[in-house]
Parts: sequence; C-alpha cells; structure tokens
Amino acid sequence: MDAKDILGLSKNTFPPLEKKSRPPKESQRKPDGISREVYALTGGLAPLMPAIEASQLKKKPLPLEKITWQWLPFTSSARKDNLQLYHWVRVVNGVPPTGDYSFAKYNKTVDVIKYTDEEYDKYLTNPMWTKEETDQLFDLCERFDLRFVVIADRFPSPRTVEELKDRYYSVSRAILVARAPSSGDVAAHPLVKEPYNVSQEMERKRALSMVLSQTRQQERRDEEVLVEAKRIAESRIPPKRVSIVHQAPPLVVTQFIHKGFLLVPDQIVYAGHQDFFVAAINEIGQKHHYPHCPILNHVLNDAFVDIKHVAEESQLAASNAGAEVTERAVPGETVSPSTVQLPSMVVPPTLTDNASTLASLRMLRVYLRTYALEQMVQAANASAGLRTIKRVEQTLQDLGVNLKPRVPTKAVCAEHLELRKEILTWLNLQKQVQYKEAEGSSFRDGSYSETPGTPKHLHRAGDQDRTFVPDAVNFGVERIGKKDQKRKAPGAPSAHKRPRKLKASDL
Amino acid sequence: MSHSHPLPLKRQGEHLSDDGASAIKPSRLKIAIPSEDSDKKNASKRLKDVEICVPIVYGTIAFYLGRKASESQSHKWTVYVRGASNEDLGVVIKRVVFQLHPSFNNPTRVVESPPFELSESGWGEFEIAITLYFHNDVCEKQLDLYHHLKLYPEDESGPQSTKKPVVVESYNEIVFPEPSEGFLARIQNHPAVNVPRLPTGLNLPSPVSIDTMNDKERGDTKDHPLSQWFLNFSEADELLKLAAARQQVQAHIVKLRRQLSLVEGLPQLSKPPSGYECT
Repeated sequence: MDAKDILGLSKNTFPPLEKKSRPPKESQRKPDGISREVYALTGGLAPLMPAIEASQLKKKPLPLEKITWQWLPFTSSARKDNLQLYHWVRVVNGVPPTGDYSFAKYNKTVDVIKYTDEEYDKYLTNPMWTKEETDQLFDLCERFDLRFVVIADRFPSPRTVEELKDRYYSVSRAILVARAPSSGDVAAHPLVKEPYNVSQEMERKRALSMVLSQTRQQERRDEEVLVEAKRIAESRIPPKRVSIVHQAPPLVVTQFIHKGFLLVPDQIVYAGHQDFFVAAINEIGQKHHYPHCPILNHVLNDAFVDIKHVAEESQLAASNAGAEVTERAVPGETVSPSTVQLPSMVVPPTLTDNASTLASLRMLRVYLRTYALEQMVQAANASAGLRTIKRVEQTLQDLGVNLKPRVPTKAVCAEHLELRKEILTWLNLQKQVQYKEAEGSSFRDGSYSETPGTPKHLHRAGDQDRTFVPDAVNFGVERIGKKDQKRKAPGAPSAHKRPRKLKASDL
Repeated sequence: MSHSHPLPLKRQGEHLSDDGASAIKPSRLKIAIPSEDSDKKNASKRLKDVEICVPIVYGTIAFYLGRKASESQSHKWTVYVRGASNEDLGVVIKRVVFQLHPSFNNPTRVVESPPFELSESGWGEFEIAITLYFHNDVCEKQLDLYHHLKLYPEDESGPQSTKKPVVVESYNEIVFPEPSEGFLARIQNHPAVNVPRLPTGLNLPSPVSIDTMNDKERGDTKDHPLSQWFLNFSEADELLKLAAARQQVQAHIVKLRRQLSLVEGLPQLSKPPSGYECT
C-alpha cells in the first residue's frame, strides 16, 4: 500500500479489496506444514530432494513375543488359608508366569522360642515373674512379632517395655544356653553375645527423649558448648610441656548460664581434679533440678580429659622449673584454688593463650624466632580490640622501641613480649581509672550543673570540644599536671567515645 | 631483566677437584660406629626439653657498577645467608635455594654448600625467596625466608658510589624445639649453634658426621670478601632499650594502681551538698 503511495499510484483500492487480492497470492505461495516466512527462506520453491530419509526415522521395533494381559487367579505361600485372589498378569506367548506370589518373600516372622514346662522349672524361674505372665508374654511376642510396644499395651498387668524386653531376652538366652550342647556353640549367637541391659536402655531412652525435646534455645546452647569444648580440646591436645608457673591446680569455672540442662561455661580454663569438676557440674545440675546432665558430662568430659592432662603435665613442668620457665613466666597471675562456687574467679586468658601458642610452636619442627614472637604477640593481643592494639604500638614507638625487634634473640623477644603485655595492662588501668572517675562524677553531680567542661555521665556522647581538661572531679586527691604529654595535645579531642578527663600518664 | 652474569665469586655447588686423582677429599669420614644398635635408635630420639637455636643473618649487598653499568645490568649484588657470628652453617643447613625474579635465567638457584650465597647482576629490585633445607637428622621440613633486594640507597643525594654498597641484612634465629639426639650430639660444641644447658644425665649417642661435608673450602664467612660490609647485631642495645621502656611503663602502672585504689575508696563519701567546688 505504502509502496503505491511512494510510486504515486492511486489509492483507490480499499482495504477489503486489498485483502481480497492477498488471499489468492497467499494461497499460491503458502505450502502446508510450514509457515510462510520459513518457506520463503527456501527461496519459495519446494526442495527437490527430501531432506530426511524416511528410513532414517525411528521405527517401532516389532515385538518379538506376543504379550497379553490377563485377569488370573493366584495364591500366595505367605497365606495359610489357600485364599485365591485375582489380579492382572502379563502373559507372554500364552504362557502365564510361574512362581510364588512375588511379595510372599517379605512375610518374615520371628522365631520365638518355645519352652516346655520342665525347662521353665529348671532354668527360667524368677521371683519377679510368674509362669503365667511369662507364658502370656511369649504368646504375645509370637503374635505380635516382638513388637514390644504393642505387647506392652496388651499385656494384662502393667509392665514397662523394658521389663518385658528384659524378661523375654533373659528367658530366650537361658533357654539357648541350656539347650546348646556346649557353650561354645551358642557363644556367637547375638542373644548370648550381647545381653539386654535394662538400666542402660532406660538411661538411653531418657537421654534420647531429652535430646529430642530440646527447645531451640537449648539446641543453640548445645552447639555453643560443643564448639567451646572442641576448641579447648584442640588447644590442649599437644600438652607436652607447658612452661607456666602456677601453684596448686586451680579449678576455675565461670559464669554458668543455665537454662534447661545445658550449661555454657564462658571460660573453662583449668580443672584440677576431675571429681572437683564433675562435682561442680552435678551440683549445678542438682540446683536446677537436673540431677544428671548426660550431654554436658559427655561433652565436657572429652574436653576435660585434655584439660586434666594439661594440668598434670603442667604440674610436672612446674616442678622441673628450669631457665626456660622463669623466662617465660607470665607475670604475677597465679590463681588460687577456689571452692566450687558460682561464679568463681576468672583466670585471665593470657595463661591459656601462652600455653597454646607454645604448644603449637612446639608442634613445628622448625620455626623462626620472629615467627614465634608474632604468634605470642597475636595471642596477647587477642583480648584487645583493634584500637587498643594501635595504642600499644603507638606507645612502643613513643618509648623508642622497634615494633619488631632488630635483633630478635630469645631474650630480646621475651622482653619485647613482656613490654607489650605491660603496656596493655597500663592502658587497661588507664581506662579503669577513667571509668571510676566517671562513675564518681555521676554520683556527685545529680543535675545538669554548669561546671565548666565537666562532661556528665549522661552527656558523654559527642562532647569533644573542650580546650582545657579541668580537674573537674576532685575527691581531695592532689593532681599535678593533668595534661597529657604523651601523644595528644592537651585537651585535643580524643577519638574515644568517653573523652579522657585526666591523663595521669605523665605523672 | 638481565641475564645471569657469572661473577668471579665462587660457583655454586662446585667442588674444587680439578685434579681427578685426589677426588673430593672429605675431611671427615663417616665415623658411624657400627657397634651399638641402640645408638642408632637413640640418634633419632627427640629431646623435649632442649631447644637448639641457630642465629643467622641473611640479606643482600649491592654495588653500583658505575661506568661499567649497562641498561640491563646496573648493579652487581650478592644475596646470602650467614651465621650471625660468621660461623659455618653447613652443619645445620644442607642447601639453600634462592628463588629469583622470573626474568633471570634459571631463576631457581641452588647452593649446595656453605657459604650460602649467590651473586648476580641486574637493574631491578624484587623479593628473593630463600628456602633453607636442613640435614636429615636436623629437620625434614624446609624453612622459607623472604628478602627484598635493595639496589638504590635511601638518600638519593648525588650519584651512586661504586665503593659503598647498599647493605640490607636481617637477623633471625632458627629454632629447633625438639632436636633429635643425633643432631644434638653432632653440633653440641659447634660455634654456629646455641645449645642451652643440657639436662644432667643425658646420654647422647656418639656423633655421626654428615656425608659429603666438603671441607675443602671453608664454610664460615669470617674472612669473606664482603665481610667488611656485614652489619653488627648486638642484642645488648636492644635489651637495654627494652629494659628502660619496661621500667617506665611499670612506673606508670604503679601510679595508676595507686590512683585507682584511691578513687575506689572515695565514692562512698560523695553525694555532697550543692555548692561543692571543684578546683
């Protein structure tokens, strides 16, 4: 149509007319089976040769046999009553299939032992069970194929499943042993080899039900404890020589959060005596009405074995204290044995980190002194945040000490490590002093008074633009020179959330 | 980078046995005493309370070639591992492999006998990986060190001198935490190794020396041609500085502790009436 426009021909033909003119054209062109455009791709002509040979196409394979389906009767060897039922059967060449009903082989039964009365009197008498009951039990066992839950339900007198099982198995066992010509013959029989253990079974079932009835919270705590125990166990595994000086083996168990029956020890550090430890657990358990904490015992026992091992070893090492030990002794942190109280003392993590680092170093056959120092420094820094670590390094620089010693001999590394630890202690003390004074000031000023530059406890956030650090909190202690000469300009805003009020570092 | 340019320094791994008759004369024959079997067993037993320490220094010395410098070879440098007191490390280290920049020919250079060093010429700085392999009775694991080759001096004032090289050395100590008895017996009194005081009553097997100990050339670096440039590493300075720093910090700690105890004592006295003055 547009072409005609372009050519300038008259637009006389109306759409219906055009449509009319099209169909004859289309019928001329369009073949069957493929669309017009596709056909047009071939050039508008049908191909001369067929593209695919008919013989190449898949043919249905002629059936070799003649198969029919017939409705035929059948019997099953599993049935004792010769009942004849019908079903569809695939008949091949007129020959119906032979053989037993294909599902008959699944009809399994249990061989429940049958004892005679004499045998009963000879071997099977039991004060807890009458002959009647035993007979009833065996009858039910036979009927219900040893499905003890059903049997327990049907048993006339109230007996627990465990009792029934116990009776059944012990009777069977006794009969087997009695009937066997020699004990050796039956020794391999599973009934003889593994006798039924009532108490164990009851315990197992109880534990299982506890596990299955855990709430989500308890499950999570379970995991935490396991992870913790695993971590401890792994760090304890090479407890060859722990060169740490400490006195009597301390028991330190802290902060038992307890809900349900799972305890999450925050820091299981050392355990001196196993009884001590288990007693602690049990006491806690009893306190909260869980006399036995099977999971906890199991979990902690594993970790515990290693801990105990370490404690023993370390005792030996302590008694063999040599030059090594004194050099590496962690300053001052001996722990006194505590009675089992909750919560009791916290052993600082430095001890454990030191020990585990040393142990892991010893696992290597060879290492560089600088590497060892790095590991120890890392371990010591583990408890500190990134900012604290940076402050430590800044302090080292200010003191004129290389961050990595230039001559890393054993002695130098030890000194370096000690210095770092002392700086950490110092920084912690600084923070503590700050906090104490902050608390003190919040006691003092109950209201929003105007004391210049005194950031209130409530007003902590963002109060950074003091130009002068006044002695706002004065409990009558003399303070000389509050300004911080260490690294920051006096009163320069510190990066801390709580601005430092007093810098006593220069005193 | 440059091609390797063999320098008149010692070639690696070469034994000076040009006259074939006197082949390699190992000065120390294998003295294995065939008698005691227990000795042999003991030799591999490990001592738990003894820690053997081998102080080493490793680094590079680079000379500017001055007039002889070309585009691709402007510096002549040597990388080495030596004992900190210039003693022979051959008793501990079996061989050292220096891994150079891939642009070098055969970038993996193996040095089979002490002194463990390698010389090359080039123009660029790169990281050299130094792998130490120890004798069988010492340690089966290798130890890796890394050193950045420095050719150009810190202060760029003026032209480089061909006389003064750029020396970068690092001190470190190789620690064997549980040495075998054989190893200990062998190096017990060797100057290259630091052995702590041994526990009393320790029965060490008789020392068995290592095969192929090439003693024709000395393994120590005491009179090494480059020894005048070796740096001194004295732990005394560092110890002093550390001790001084520790003292300072300890003093601060004491003061703070005192402060803390004072501050802790006082809050009970507070809650003063208004009008409390702060000074």
